[in-house]
Amino acid sequence: MLRFVLRRLLSALPTLLVIATLAFVLLHLTPGGPFDSDRVLVPQIQHSIEARFHLDEPLWRQYLRYLGDLAHGDLGPSFQYRNTSVNELIAQGMPVDLAIGGTAMLLALLLGGSIGLLAATRAGSWRDRLPMSLAMLGISVPLFVTAPLLILVFAIQLQWLPAGDWVSGSWRHLLLPSVALALPFTAYIARIVRSAAIEALASPFIRAARAKGLPARSIVLRHALKPTLMPLVSFLGPALAGVLTGSIVIEQVFGLPGIGRYFVTGALNRDYTLVTGITVLYGALIIAMNLLVDLCYGWLDPRVRARQ
Amino acid sequence: MNPLTRGEGPWQRSWRRFQAQRSARWALGLLGLIVALCLLVPALSPHDYATPSWTHIFRRPSWRDGAWFGTDGLGRDLLVRVMWGCRISLLVGIAASLVSVLIGVAWGTAAGYIGGRTDGLLMRTVDVLYSVPFIPLVIVLEVLFGRNFLLVFVAIGAVSWLDIARIVRGQTMAIRSHSYIEAALALGLRTPAVIWRHVIPNLLGLVIVYATLTVPSVILFEALLSFLGLGVQAPLASLGSLVADGANEMQANPYLLVIPAAFLATIILCLNYLGDALRDALDPRHD
Repeated sequence: MLRFVLRRLLSALPTLLVIATLAFVLLHLTPGGPFDSDRVLVPQIQHSIEARFHLDEPLWRQYLRYLGDLAHGDLGPSFQYRNTSVNELIAQGMPVDLAIGGTAMLLALLLGGSIGLLAATRAGSWRDRLPMSLAMLGISVPLFVTAPLLILVFAIQLQWLPAGDWVSGSWRHLLLPSVALALPFTAYIARIVRSAAIEALASPFIRAARAKGLPARSIVLRHALKPTLMPLVSFLGPALAGVLTGSIVIEQVFGLPGIGRYFVTGALNRDYTLVTGITVLYGALIIAMNLLVDLCYGWLDPRVRARQ
Repeated sequence: MNPLTRGEGPWQRSWRRFQAQRSARWALGLLGLIVALCLLVPALSPHDYATPSWTHIFRRPSWRDGAWFGTDGLGRDLLVRVMWGCRISLLVGIAASLVSVLIGVAWGTAAGYIGGRTDGLLMRTVDVLYSVPFIPLVIVLEVLFGRNFLLVFVAIGAVSWLDIARIVRGQTMAIRSHSYIEAALALGLRTPAVIWRHVIPNLLGLVIVYATLTVPSVILFEALLSFLGLGVQAPLASLGSLVADGANEMQANPYLLVIPAAFLATIILCLNYLGDALRDALDPRHD
């Protein structure tokens, strides 16, 4: 178990290296630099700025320097926000994204999971078909449509909740963005759980449990739940990637001070270090999630545990 | 037709099962209607998608005006613009899906059929690429290179082939172990011919299903890029950019948001239903 985790962590390093290299090379290949502007700077000033950020060095020196800093966990200084490091910017924006993304994931898992289970136990009836049609609608309407509509209804028409802005620790400000972010994932999870639960409920060990005369509730919750969770767990990796992308949209629509906003403005201003840093962070999050997924497999299925 | 008197091929059986699903017939019909409309309407309409008309700003949808979907803030006919948006979205969706299917099938069959070290190398690459946050990267690239339509294709194709490659590899390994492959090899068929004549046809059902499900996700991604202002160039519109424009006007003129959003949702909904129906129809375990 410990060896499995260690091996996986070790194999994550080359992956992170690829991501960092990809982001670094792509950004430096693009036309335009971070200090291009309409004003022509005095050559000395231009030169001293470039020297400060090591932009006057050959590209391979810059690359090695970046990797060296990265190995120490230092993502470098931001070009755009003077005197602020990328680490500080991420530390500022991260709590917002964690709050919204975490709430959304939790909502989607609880809500989608229970809808899927309930639909599976009533497969074929209207109590299955109605929520599943809604789920199909949920995965078909993109985030950037539902988010403005939610604002229109709950913030502008009904005036129940604020239409954006961010007050740390206030659930009223948290609710609308998290619900908007959670909706498509709730729909996905409901569909995945339903089809997995139907398959699990048709398997022989469930028939055995039924034959023993166990009550339906304990058959579903104690016996069918674990195999049902397997496909759900493999969805967590793509789900995290989706939440990261979604949070960029959500931050834009609701005007929230998260990382996604830095990401887009950073790209617009050729802020190499900021964009590379956030890309590496996203990659590390996805790698961590994939490792968690594999550990969950082992927990859910003893056959996998033996192989690990 | 009685299957006992006349044999029924696997494709015929799949088609029969496909047609038996009501949701599939509806989805196919609606999608066909939208395709026909978006081909015909811009050709027949007296309006075009680009020319502003300062005397017709923000006309509400009405039958009498001739502007059935109303007009936008520049007085352009929303019907024509939405139809152009459907054209662009469907085109991007189909083209990028084809790219990803081609790469994914080639990659997956190579890994699954050759196996061994090649398989390890190819699939490790896929694992690594899975961890790359592509969508943020594409957003960055779009910003940096300016809105390049070709880049959207390439980027989307590059992101979405990973799933197909994984699925195709697994299926190819299963097919490889069948005795008809051994028989074909024993008869002296060369490897490329075996792959082309025996492996690919058996993958086809699976690939069709996943290609159908890739199209809506690609359309959504293109719409997302357009929503962020990184997709098609104005004055051309995709459904995503129309939704983005509509979202800015939603308080005063909600129809500008609702109509393109409804078309986008309908197209995605139909394609998702179609994919589900195809999966049920092509899965030999059913029936």
